[in-house]
Formats: sequence, structure tokens, C-alpha cells
Amino acid sequence: MRLEKCWFCSSTVYPGHGIQFVRNDAKIFRFCRSKCHKNFKMKRNPRKVKWTKAYRRLHAKDMTQDSTFEFERKRNRPERYDRNLTENTLKAIKKIDKVRVDREARHHAMRMKGKKAKVQREAAKELEQSIHMVKAPAVLREDSSFTLPKIKVKASHQQAEENHPMEE
Amino acid sequence: MVQYNFKKITVVPSGKDFIDIILSRTQRQTPTVVHKGYAISRLRQFYMRKVKFTQQNFHEKLSAIIDEFPRLDDIHPFYGDLLHVLYNKDHYKLALGQINTARNLIGKIAKDYVRLLKYGDSLYRCKCLKVAALGRMCTVIKRIGPSLAYLEQIRQHMARLPSIDPNTRTILICGYPNVGKSSFINKITRADVDVQPYAFTTKSLFVGHTDYKYLRYQVIDTPGILDRPFEDRNIIEMCSITALAHLRAAVLFFLDISGSCGYSIAQQAALFHSIKSLFMNKPLIIVCNKTDLQPFDGLSDEDKKLVMEMKDEAMKTVIGQGGEAINDDGVLLTMSTLTEEGVMAVKNAACERLLNQRVELKMKSKKMNDCLNRFHVAIPKPRDQKERPACIPQAVLEAKAKAVTEKEKRKLEKELESENGGAGVYSANLKKNYILASDEWKEDIMPEIIDGHNVADFIDPDILQRLEELEREEGLRLEHEADDDDFEMDGKELTPEEQEALAEIRKKKSLLIQQHRIKKSTAESRPTVPRKFDKDRKFTSERMGRQLSALGLDPTSAVNRARSRSVSRRGRKRERSLAREDSDVDAMDMDVDQPGKKLRMRSRSRSRSRSRPPGDVTPGEGFKDSAQKVKAMKLAKKSVKNRNKDARRGEADRVIPTLKPKHLFSGKRSIGKTSRR
Repeated sequence: MRLEKCWFCSSTVYPGHGIQFVRNDAKIFRFCRSKCHKNFKMKRNPRKVKWTKAYRRLHAKDMTQDSTFEFERKRNRPERYDRNLTENTLKAIKKIDKVRVDREARHHAMRMKGKKAKVQREAAKELEQSIHMVKAPAVLREDSSFTLPKIKVKASHQQAEENHPMEE
Repeated sequence: MVQYNFKKITVVPSGKDFIDIILSRTQRQTPTVVHKGYAISRLRQFYMRKVKFTQQNFHEKLSAIIDEFPRLDDIHPFYGDLLHVLYNKDHYKLALGQINTARNLIGKIAKDYVRLLKYGDSLYRCKCLKVAALGRMCTVIKRIGPSLAYLEQIRQHMARLPSIDPNTRTILICGYPNVGKSSFINKITRADVDVQPYAFTTKSLFVGHTDYKYLRYQVIDTPGILDRPFEDRNIIEMCSITALAHLRAAVLFFLDISGSCGYSIAQQAALFHSIKSLFMNKPLIIVCNKTDLQPFDGLSDEDKKLVMEMKDEAMKTVIGQGGEAINDDGVLLTMSTLTEEGVMAVKNAACERLLNQRVELKMKSKKMNDCLNRFHVAIPKPRDQKERPACIPQAVLEAKAKAVTEKEKRKLEKELESENGGAGVYSANLKKNYILASDEWKEDIMPEIIDGHNVADFIDPDILQRLEELEREEGLRLEHEADDDDFEMDGKELTPEEQEALAEIRKKKSLLIQQHRIKKSTAESRPTVPRKFDKDRKFTSERMGRQLSALGLDPTSAVNRARSRSVSRRGRKRERSLAREDSDVDAMDMDVDQPGKKLRMRSRSRSRSRSRPPGDVTPGEGFKDSAQKVKAMKLAKKSVKNRNKDARRGEADRVIPTLKPKHLFSGKRSIGKTSRR
């Protein structure tokens, strides 16, 4: 029993799931669910479909090269059973997983590093440029902070001083 | 082979049928319509086609007959003679010859008439020629009618001839009538030949098949032969003689030693001696039948002497073949088909003798020499007297010996299974023969899948080492991370009020975008209505005031200005005093907010002459006077007022008088189905 990888989205296909398609040239395509299968039939290139692992790797959204990937390699010759080796392997798998997950998180963090600053800069710029939409220039000249103006109400009416910022 | 399969010959039709078939085919498969107005060449062609077509069909069918009937000279002489015996070679050949001549005659007729047709000058003449041609062809066929009938008879009989292969192993049974030949063949084969007490029950050859030493033998039962001079024999006897003469078979000559067939042993012996020339080169066995009625030892001396004479003759054939003296048992046998004793012995003896003879013959023939010549076993010449046997290492010999004993000693899985309860109960432990480094590991269950990985992919003898390296790497990297951990600068954070303002800005922007999108999509079909027909009340001065104050400006001056320039004011000659503007504002608000049309009416009302009062009666309406009309109007309004205020359905509102009109829910439709109601 083996866990396979879906050809389209690269997720694991567990036994009892998915569809396996064998082409006339004997190449086998495994799909984890009908979504991937239907995309394949539509001849979509997984490298262009945003949610697949192939796209993410290609566009460096996810970690591509790492030594943790070298541990997992399909061996075609079965090894003779060795209890100690198997024990060690099972323990090792867990540790390798942890390392890999950590590294992936780090990669993501690196990718997202400059975002906060950028967002703030953009917000400030927008505020400065478009403040005239909520604050009249005359008022801005007097009070040059980028905040909402105090609402001037007609003395004769004495309405409640609510902000009606939006008229429908 | 076609010769031996006489069943495949097509049916020969009788003369009349033949004519009918051909003529009707001509009528169906050639064009039939012709008018005398056609071009002459077309008429000629039409009739020529018919003549030629008929001739071709005759030719085809007659050729088929001639080809399918076998030529007596081409087939195996046994069949040739058999057919001659049955049907007379001369008659047969004559019949076929007649068919041939008929074919040629028809060809000539057709040729002549086609030539004449080429010069036919009218429809009628061409037609006469065609009629004449076809008529003559049909007379030819009528004349050969008897031959066709004869050939049909022959064909039917030939189809029923037994399929005898002249070249394979055959056993022939012959003797006087009623001696028990058919009973014998019934016993050893699956044939079901008629057995009756009268002579000449069997009137033709019968074939059965029997097996001996994995080979198939044909057994042929012949009709009985009487002791007569050759020329006097009838057709039935001639069949047997033919078979004897041409088939290379083992011959079983049947003797009835009890005499119940009606003929004495002397007569039978006489027959034997008269046909013994036919037994040349054939293994011969004398079979004494009906020993249940008369045991062999109980025979009288003369009879025994006769039998011994026959046996000597038979022995001669034996010695003539092999040169080895076989004992008597192979030549003279007794049996009884009724009690079935000795039947199998006879059959085996006959088959054995025949087989040996055939093998010897094959060995002597040239073909075998060719085969033998191809083989050559090369043996190296011995260079000295030293013995050199095959060299087998000691270990191999020991292993062989051990394997033998082990094989006997080893307990099979099958035995184990049957001991422990059989197939359904016992399940074999497949792991018990595993070859592992330690025997304790045999019963281990190894997981194949863990945490979404295949364990087999990770197995590696030096995994521990690599893991160590990995961990070291990781440790290093963590240290570096801790060192140069860059902190995010938060200096440019916006204050809450600024964030509020930003949110406002974004809201306004998105609204603008939405409106723009709606306007964009409806631009083609949206009417451009001037502002004064403002249905949604978007352009009121109140609203303007609110928006300006939201921006932080003081709206009063703008609002006042807007109101002073409104349309309702335009009509006034004098401005009202400012003190009353507050109350006026309320009053004017109404004006400002109402649709423009009414505004215009009100503002221009002074320059207009009086409009009609509501209660004005026009003649023809049906009211007595205006008071009545006013009252009617009032009543109407009152009746409607409560309904309108409650927003209930009114007279003008859509109403369905009948929810289920009958014509839709019953009855048949003139067209269409009524499966939907």
C-alpha cells in the first residue's frame, strides 16, 4: 500500500480515493479528487493554476529546494526488514517532519517580511492624497491634521450632533 | 479433399426447372421496358443484352455442374471403382458429356443470334430474334433433361456414401452373408448397422471408427460375398470386392463355424480360396465366429482340416511380410459376438498386425531414409583405452541424496492444513519461512504509512547519520536567526483618528466606484432626466447642507443661496422679509421637494384663466346638476378612502375571477397532450 501524489495538485492520495488514469503510452496519472481530474481533462497546466503545489513552487510561494526533501525518495528495491532500522526510521520521520515544517514557516515569514511597512506607507499616502474627500480644503488649511472635521450644525435647528457621513 | 466430400455438389435441377430459373432470372435482372420510339441502336442493345445474359447464365450453371461432379480418373482408384460399380462409368461420362455439348450449343446459338440482332431494323424484328434465341436455348436444355435427372440421382446417392479415407489405417471385414460381420462392427465401434436374420441385410459399405494405442482405425463393414464367378456378381458384392481390392487394410475373414448362416464351412472355405488373391500384402486374420453355438474344438475333422488350410494360407501372408514367425494366435481367432468373448482380442490382434505392417513399410520407404539421413550422432573417436565417465562433484551427489530424503521427510503445508482443521479454519503463517537477521523479528508488523508518508521511502541504512547532520544544520540556523532578527518599524502607524478618516475615505471611494459601475452598465438604456425631475430626492438643499457640514464647512450660506435661487421663488415680485424666513423655509421646503410640474403649475397659476371647477357637469354624463355630481364624487372618494389607507387591493388591482377555469382543467385538447394541467 502506498500513498501517491496527485498529478495535478500534488496532494497525497490515500487508498480508496481518487482516480488513476493510464494513457496509451503507459504513463499513469493519479488524481486525488474529481476537481483535479476534471481540470486535467480540460488540459489545464497545473503550473498555471494558482492553488496547485506546482504553481506555488514555481512562483516561489513555497519552499522548493531543501535537504529535508532528500530523505523521502522512492526506492524500487525493497529492503530486508530490520527492526532497529525501522525503529530509527520511524523516529526520524517525525523529526524530519518537524524540521521541514519549521523551515516552511520560516520561508513564509521571509516572504511576508516587508508587507507591514509597505501597507502602512500606502495607507499614509492614500490618506494624504484623498483627505479632500472627507475634509474641505478650507478646513484643511486651518487644521492640517489628517482627521475627520468637526461637524458644523446650524444654530437655529439644534439637531443632535451626529456624524452623518454617508448620505444614501 | 473435394474428392472425398461428395456432399458439396450443388443440386442439379431438372430440365423444366432449369429453364424456369434461367428465364425468370433474365426477366428480373435485365431492363424490361422498351418502346418502339427508341433509337434503333438502343433497341438492338436491349435485346442483345437479354440474349447474352441468358447464355451466360446457362453457361455458368452448366459449368458448375460439370466441374463439381468428380472425374473418375482423377480420384482415388477405390472411389473410382466404387463409383463405377454403383453407377457405371460409361453412363456417367456420357451424361456429363451431354451437359458439355449442351453448353457449347447454347454458346453457339447466342453468338449467332447476337450477330443477327446487329442488323435488326425494327423493334418487332429484334424481338422475334430474341424470342427465337431463347427458345432454341431452352429446347437444348429440354433435350438433356434425362441426363440432368440421372445426374441428380447420382448426386443424391453420392452424398450418402460413407466417408472412407483410403490412406489411413483400415480394417476390412468380409465373409459370407449372415456370419456376424455387422454385429462385430457394432460391438467395437459406435456404428449402428442393421443386424437381421436374412441374408444381404447390409447392402453397402459401412464405416465405424475405433481406437487402439491412441490411434484411430477405420473399420469397414462390407456386404456379404457369395461364391460365384466374378462376372456374375451383383452390384452389392462388387462393392465389397472393390473395397478389398483397393484399400490397404487388415482383412478379417469371418467364418461361421456353426453353420447357422445357411452355408457350410466347406462353402466358406471355397469362397476363401477363390478370393485369396485379393489378400495379397494385407495382414489377414481368420475369425471364427459364433463359438457360443458351436465351440471350435467341437468341430468335425474335415471342417478342422479346412480351417487349418485357410490358416496356412494366412500364415503365408504373415511370413511373407516380416520374416518372423508369429504364433498362431495372431492368425486364427475365435470369438462370439453374442457373448462378447474374444471380440476385443480380435480387434487388438488386427490393429496390432496392421500397425506393424504400416510401420515396417514406412521404415523401408524412401521418405524414412531421407529423415534418417538428416540425423547424425557424432561420437568422438576414442584415442586411448582410458575410461572417462561423466564427472559429477561429490557435493552435488550428496545434495541430491539429501534432497531425496528431505523430500520424503518434509512435512507439506497441505498436511499441516488438514491437521489443523482444513481449508477454512487454518490459515497458513506466511511469515514463518522469512530469512531475517534475527528470528525474533519474524512476527513484527511494520507500518507502511505514517503521518502521510510512505515509510518505505525513508528507509536508509545511514539515516541516523543524516538525521544528525540535519539537526546540526537546524541548530546553526536557529542561532543565526536569533542574532539577526530584524524588528519591524512601527513608527509609521496611523493614529485612530487618522484610521477613521482613512476608513471614511475608502468607504466614499467604494461608493463612488459602485455608482459609477451602475451608471456605466445602464448608460445606454438610462434616460437622462434633468435634475428638476428628481425622483429620489437626491438634490435637495437639506441634503446639500448635511453633506457640507460633514465636510466641515458651514452650510448656511450655501443653502440660503440655493433656496433663494429656486424656481418657486422666481415668480415672486417681492422678497419676503428675512424674519419670516424660518417659517417660510418650512413652507417652501414642501415646494422645493415636490416634483417640478406641480411647481410650474403653481408658479404660473396667476397668469392663467380659471380652470374648470370639479363639479362641472357636461351634458351626456348623466347627472342632474352639479350638486349631484359633487355628491357622487364625494361618495366615490369616501368608498375608496379606507381601502386605500389600509393599502388593500382595489378595483384596479389585478384579480383572477376564477382560480380553476373549467376549460383548462377538464376535457380533451384538440391538439397536443393533456399531461400538464
